[in-house]
Amino acid sequence: METKAIISIKNLSKSFGDNEVLKDVNLTVNKGEDLVILGRSGSGKSVTIKCLVGLVEADKGEILVFDTDVTKLKDNELNEIRSRIGFMFQNGALYDSMSVRQNLAFTLKHHTKEVSDEEIEKQIIEALESVGLEDAIDKMPAELSGGMRKRIALARTLIIQPEIILYDEPTSGLDSITSREISELILSVQKKYKTSSIIITHDMACAKLTGNRIMILNEGVIHAEGTYSELEKSTDEWVRSFFI
Amino acid sequence: MHTYLKNIFEDTGKVTLFTGRFFKEIIKPPFQINEFIRQCYAIGYKSLPLVSITGFIMGLVLTIQSRPTMIQFGAESWLPSMVSLSLVREIAPVITALICAGKIASGIGAELGSMKVTEQIDAMEVSAINPYKYLVVTRILATTLMIPILVLYADLIGVFGGYIGFNVRGSMSMFAYFSEVIEHLDFIDFIPAVIKTFFFGFFIGLIGCYKGFNASSGTASVGIAANEAVVAASLSIFILDMLAVQITDLFF
Repeated sequence: METKAIISIKNLSKSFGDNEVLKDVNLTVNKGEDLVILGRSGSGKSVTIKCLVGLVEADKGEILVFDTDVTKLKDNELNEIRSRIGFMFQNGALYDSMSVRQNLAFTLKHHTKEVSDEEIEKQIIEALESVGLEDAIDKMPAELSGGMRKRIALARTLIIQPEIILYDEPTSGLDSITSREISELILSVQKKYKTSSIIITHDMACAKLTGNRIMILNEGVIHAEGTYSELEKSTDEWVRSFFI
Repeated sequence: MHTYLKNIFEDTGKVTLFTGRFFKEIIKPPFQINEFIRQCYAIGYKSLPLVSITGFIMGLVLTIQSRPTMIQFGAESWLPSMVSLSLVREIAPVITALICAGKIASGIGAELGSMKVTEQIDAMEVSAINPYKYLVVTRILATTLMIPILVLYADLIGVFGGYIGFNVRGSMSMFAYFSEVIEHLDFIDFIPAVIKTFFFGFFIGLIGCYKGFNASSGTASVGIAANEAVVAASLSIFILDMLAVQITDLFF
């Protein structure tokens, strides 16, 4: 793993009305690294990654992605950065009026200019093979199980060949076996495509399997940081509560 | 009262910005031609059965209801021209627009609202796809173009319904009926009626998209967005119609 920071967040703050969700958060993700962010619901984990792609506007702070401060970019410049980042939403966010094939093709067509239909088909098959769901190509999202939706969402993310992937609770709402399969998939994607990732999760098994480094967010502040084994040995009561 | 007024001003500001963005995005490439055609099909073609039924009933009922009064005045022969003028100038545009507000504005509000709640709009945005251009511009353009076509179609079906209504009690050949209609309908009768339907269409699309696009989180907000879209679109049709009548009265 290289030590060059691909994402660097400095003093990020965000409030919704009187609710201060993030308070001077600082974090870095190095090239090829998988960073896991843990925390209770409402601790600001998802807001952090949404600020990274400009879905939520930061109140204060600097967000450097590929050495560019995304908080200062115009729409078209921000889209350039976004096209190098994959975002996997908590419930997959598949376009439910489109089949799996159309979901992937839609993203690819808008991402890559002048790509032939044969090339699109080839890349769709390749992306679906990498998540083990090539048989689901003509299914509609409503016909898919929770685990399948997450895999297809990952395939849709992978088809644009991102350098960074942001996972928003990739294993939430899944049984333990499917959760483990998704976690293993995240790990294999990182190895195969050499991506850097931020994984937002509550699932300690997922954190253990996928994270090179773990950060624990508490009420908008980074409470603890380290590897899984380092945090597991922590004497801090709050940190320990995640490992029980 | 203070909060109520504040909300009204806030909403007005947001709708103005939303409309401004529409005019900004509409001239900026890339143009989503395929999605626009798909929306024209969904909004226009798929509304044909509903518009056919309501248009036919409008003409039929109007003729049957007006007939006794017209007979009292000894003006039964004026029935075809009276019905067709009423349909073309007022009844078909307003009723068709209201029917479409119910079907299309609620459909758009619910569809975009559910896309918003399930983060599909966010997914588009992070994939560097402009959701406003893809979802909003195409739908508003499609309603603006399709509603006038549906209204003209409703005019035709309504006049045909009038012919059937006339023949329930009376007797007139189709040729004689339509000759009577065409003789008394001027081109100038269509112009203000068609112009106002473009505005009806624009507002149906705009309100549906605005309510759906700004749905708050939670599944309940999808229903609220659809409901508010119908109410606001229907109300806007009446207000626009009132303005259109005043303006038409000045110029035509």
